[in-house]
Amino acid sequence: MSAQLMIEARGLEKSYGAVRVLSGVDLEVERGRVIALLGPNGAGKTTTVRILATLARADAGAARVAGFDVVAERRQVRRRISLTGQYAALDELQTGEENLRMMGRLSGLPGSAARRRAGELLEQFDLAEAGRRTVATFSGGMRRRLDLAASLVGQPSVIFLDEPTTGLDPRSRQAVWQVIGGLATSGVTIFLTTQYLEEADRLADRITVLDGGRVVADGTSEALKRQVAGQRLDLVLADAIAFDEVARQLDGRDVQRDPKRLTIGVPTDGSAAQVRALLDEVDPARRAVARFAVHSATLDDVFLALTGRPADRPSTGDNDNEHEKEPAGV
Amino acid sequence: MSDNGPAGSWIGPAPIGTATYPLHLPSRFRSALADAVTMSGRSLRMARRNVDVLLTSLLLPVLIMLLFVYLFGGAIETGTRYVTYVVPGVLLLSAGFGAASTAVSVTTDMTGGIIDRFRSLDVAGASVLAGHVAASVVRNLASTVLVFGVAFLIGFRPSAGPLDWLAAAGILVLFIMAISWLSAAFGLLARSPEAAGGFTFLVMFLPYPSSAFVPIETMPGWLHGFAENQPVTPVIETLRGLLLGLPVGSSPWKALAWSLGILVASVAVSGALFRRRTA
Repeated sequence: MSAQLMIEARGLEKSYGAVRVLSGVDLEVERGRVIALLGPNGAGKTTTVRILATLARADAGAARVAGFDVVAERRQVRRRISLTGQYAALDELQTGEENLRMMGRLSGLPGSAARRRAGELLEQFDLAEAGRRTVATFSGGMRRRLDLAASLVGQPSVIFLDEPTTGLDPRSRQAVWQVIGGLATSGVTIFLTTQYLEEADRLADRITVLDGGRVVADGTSEALKRQVAGQRLDLVLADAIAFDEVARQLDGRDVQRDPKRLTIGVPTDGSAAQVRALLDEVDPARRAVARFAVHSATLDDVFLALTGRPADRPSTGDNDNEHEKEPAGV
Repeated sequence: MSDNGPAGSWIGPAPIGTATYPLHLPSRFRSALADAVTMSGRSLRMARRNVDVLLTSLLLPVLIMLLFVYLFGGAIETGTRYVTYVVPGVLLLSAGFGAASTAVSVTTDMTGGIIDRFRSLDVAGASVLAGHVAASVVRNLASTVLVFGVAFLIGFRPSAGPLDWLAAAGILVLFIMAISWLSAAFGLLARSPEAAGGFTFLVMFLPYPSSAFVPIETMPGWLHGFAENQPVTPVIETLRGLLLGLPVGSSPWKALAWSLGILVASVAVSGALFRRRTA
């Protein structure tokens, strides 16, 4: 028997005015999995999450979350999910504890249970001290933690996290990763979106790459990396002339190029024979390549291979305002 | 994987049948009502902590009353002591001003991330708005009491009986509710809290071309039509009549009609706007 699907989407399409944001997205997530929806700005990540979390309606296609239709059985879905968006959904003028208690009441907990739950969550998220202060006094990392805590008050079985670490400093990002890692071990299903390849690689069992409103790849991080090439050979060139010469030799086979640091990356299977042959080919005079390194391909390489551009460059026809609820005039 | 591990025991979904925090599934109406109560508590807590807004909404009406009574009042002929004449007008000005801040709160909610969280918790839009409106009514009653208190100190002596007071309070609360819902509708239209703040001006100016501060007869002829028939005038005339024991004529009915009309229209419009905004 196959594991129960907690998220199931077929042919999701969505346009805002003339801007087509999603053009046929299919997804399947099994219970207890962590899936990362990876893509550049404007790929349609937020729109996908909003449709799955019942906050937006698809123009075409259908989706079921926790076994219920996101349109026809919206109320049932809402009882079983939580959504943490890109912007902290907290009241600045309430204390951490008051925010959590309010969410508890709104999730249907009686007053005393809401208070107990708030206390537990503050404790777990290392906010017990800060819980008595208003959120206005919180740091960015504390807000994110409280925001995550708030999304767990109602004990959801599917958790949507829309770019959970965008805008955080590295230390807070680590803390949030730890929290998400902890959630993952508790058996909930987690659906997160991210622009950071490292984040997807680190947190997710499976990665779905979204680009221009379409799924362009889907699989484990390992499988995706295999899809490109197991390894990457990074060459450090002696000088600018050597850099140009080698770049010409490779004629587009390289996946990474940095003229300032004089580095070029080439896919390889990592075998000594192939590395030797490559070096001989691009540098027959044995002067151009100063140093080299072979390492496992990163998701950056995958992204480049799949979409034809680095992950940090937006797609064409980009809709930068993807996260806005609705463009004016719609 | 064990659900009893240190990481799993607190955040995981409770196994069916053993939920530590039972979620009851009340009827739609009951949960909307309960949510509205929660939201009112939220709005009031936040209003109490928003010191600038709190001070302004409490002190401004009192300052305006003192301004009119001591600076302009001597020059205005109303047939009674000016403080007696002007109190209903100040009450309306303060009600409008206080209620208008509802627009800013609503826009702040709608443009921040919190409305998505509320919606994903299945909180109805009506509950969110009703919470803001209820808090607005409570806030405004506080500033009303303060205005009355200061008015008594500077010589306001109404001759109303208990029933008159009750009727006056009813009319005032209804008007505050109507303006608060109207503000909520504006808050749903505005794209930023700053834009929503503009609504305050509209409501602040409305009492001036009415019988709030000067008798309408003293205004230029072309303004009479507007001043006599705008929504604020019948409310003021009703309050004045009830508090001072004067005949009120048809003013209470006009005041009721205006307030109920604005209330019903605003509730309907804000419902539609909320749905459109969150489509």
